[in-house]
Amino acid sequence: MKILIPIKRVVDYNVKVRPMADESGVDLNNVKMAINPFCEIAVEEAVRLKESGAAEEIVSVTIGSSASQEQLRTSLALGADRAILVESDAEVEPLGIAKLLKAVVEKENPDLIIMGKQAIDGDNNQTGQKLAALLGYPQATFASELSIADGKAVVTREIDGGLQTVSVNLPAIVTTDLRLNEPRYASLPNIMKAKSKPLDIMPAADFGLDITPRISTLKVSLPPEREAGVIVESVDELIDKLKNEAKVIS
Amino acid sequence: MTALVISEHNNNELKPVTLNTVTAAKALDEEVHVLVAGKDCASVAEASSKIEGVTKVLLIDSEEYEHFLAENISTLVSKIAAEYNFILAPTTTSGKNFMPRVAALLDVSQISDICAIESSDTFQRPIYAGNCIATVKTTDEKKVITVRTTAFDAAPAEAGSADIVSMEEVHDSGISEFIKEELAQSDRPELTAADVIISGGRGMQNGENFSLLEGIADKLGAAIGASRAAVDSGFVPNDYQVGQTGKIVAPNLYIAVGISGAIQHLAGMKDSKVIVAINKDEDAPIFQVADYGLVGDLFDVVPELEGKI
Repeated sequence: MKILIPIKRVVDYNVKVRPMADESGVDLNNVKMAINPFCEIAVEEAVRLKESGAAEEIVSVTIGSSASQEQLRTSLALGADRAILVESDAEVEPLGIAKLLKAVVEKENPDLIIMGKQAIDGDNNQTGQKLAALLGYPQATFASELSIADGKAVVTREIDGGLQTVSVNLPAIVTTDLRLNEPRYASLPNIMKAKSKPLDIMPAADFGLDITPRISTLKVSLPPEREAGVIVESVDELIDKLKNEAKVIS
Repeated sequence: MTALVISEHNNNELKPVTLNTVTAAKALDEEVHVLVAGKDCASVAEASSKIEGVTKVLLIDSEEYEHFLAENISTLVSKIAAEYNFILAPTTTSGKNFMPRVAALLDVSQISDICAIESSDTFQRPIYAGNCIATVKTTDEKKVITVRTTAFDAAPAEAGSADIVSMEEVHDSGISEFIKEELAQSDRPELTAADVIISGGRGMQNGENFSLLEGIADKLGAAIGASRAAVDSGFVPNDYQVGQTGKIVAPNLYIAVGISGAIQHLAGMKDSKVIVAINKDEDAPIFQVADYGLVGDLFDVVPELEGKI
């Protein structure tokens, strides 16, 4: 079995981003970048499938600027066998990403595509589902458990109120939720080894697809601030405030 | 042209989030239709027809929609999309699952999780875990939108009398299959529909201690939630999670117990009407958004609170 893992370079999850002073976008000057945490879970899941003997090859792919090679190298250090950068300096929105990934899938013919449920920058939560639609593949989003047998993936999904289990025919797209696994750290020898693993670079323009964004960002601003209230000294005072001031309990 | 709202339901009951989604739809278009797809779901169509502002209900009752598998439902929605300008669903795990698939089938860039409508093509939505709000404008003629339901009021549920039109549209992809569902059995309200929520964080120390919150929850008719830290630590299941990657809530009263207030969590609850924070660390960021803060050990405060309310 061959697994494709689309990943994304994003602002490190520990960074508290701010809008630029002119509100034209998010201030990304000198912020630490990292592999999207949900993508890291996807890489880990693929590596575990390979370790268990269920998969033979793992290919990671990203669409982004040349700097995204750094995150592809991270995926190689974590256990991917080779990587593909579809290079684009312009921002590509989820629909365009899905179109480019579809072209990569048609070339690579993976049996399984595992990717993050959302990137923590745009919080769109779209790309996996859109890729599945364009390919006519089934999807199992927000996975917390995954097993492969008889040409199918059985996936437990995190849904509102509990869990749902579905079976999808391969090839399929699985998107990861937090509890699917706990990603490992790359070891130093594996980081060194990753440097010599193959990383192909293809310009996005060579795919001949229309990936012009449909959505433009007019403004990025801070959310409305909520003002801090008061510190109460005791449980009695808290109950009094809730009853008589806020009137939210009786 | 018309707006179409995809209703959320369990084949028996209409989920309240549909009411908020209808409000968003009404802000975009005068005509609002509601799609009820499911199996044996006539009662949901009935309830949908009573929502104020809804002008027509499309009922599609067929077994391949029973579990709302994304492959089947997205094909259905894309087939009936021709006469609609706007297609909206709540940003729930269900809406998040099938709507992007609908958008891709229609070659549309979905606008996810809108929290405000500026005009028929311009919307606000949170990005970076709610750290920033982006104002975005789409050039797509057809708009596929998921709605942050806490940002819109619920449309009155008993004020309308729309026609219910039954349709036959069978789309079974045959590539995915429902196996089972394990829903948490609880007498408590659902997080996204609760008037009061009491949530625990890492300060709860372990899963057993969450039972401390139950007494207060029972007395106030509250739902119980958790921070991502508590979920990641394995104290409680993921569906308890309130936050950017969990549930977005806006109850009348939100009580945060042993929650430091990471931006991830705040993004999911800061629209609550009244926020109470109980934490022993007086510098915890949660106090900056709380209306009432109580600095103290939750293992003393919570039992006392339970005894006195």
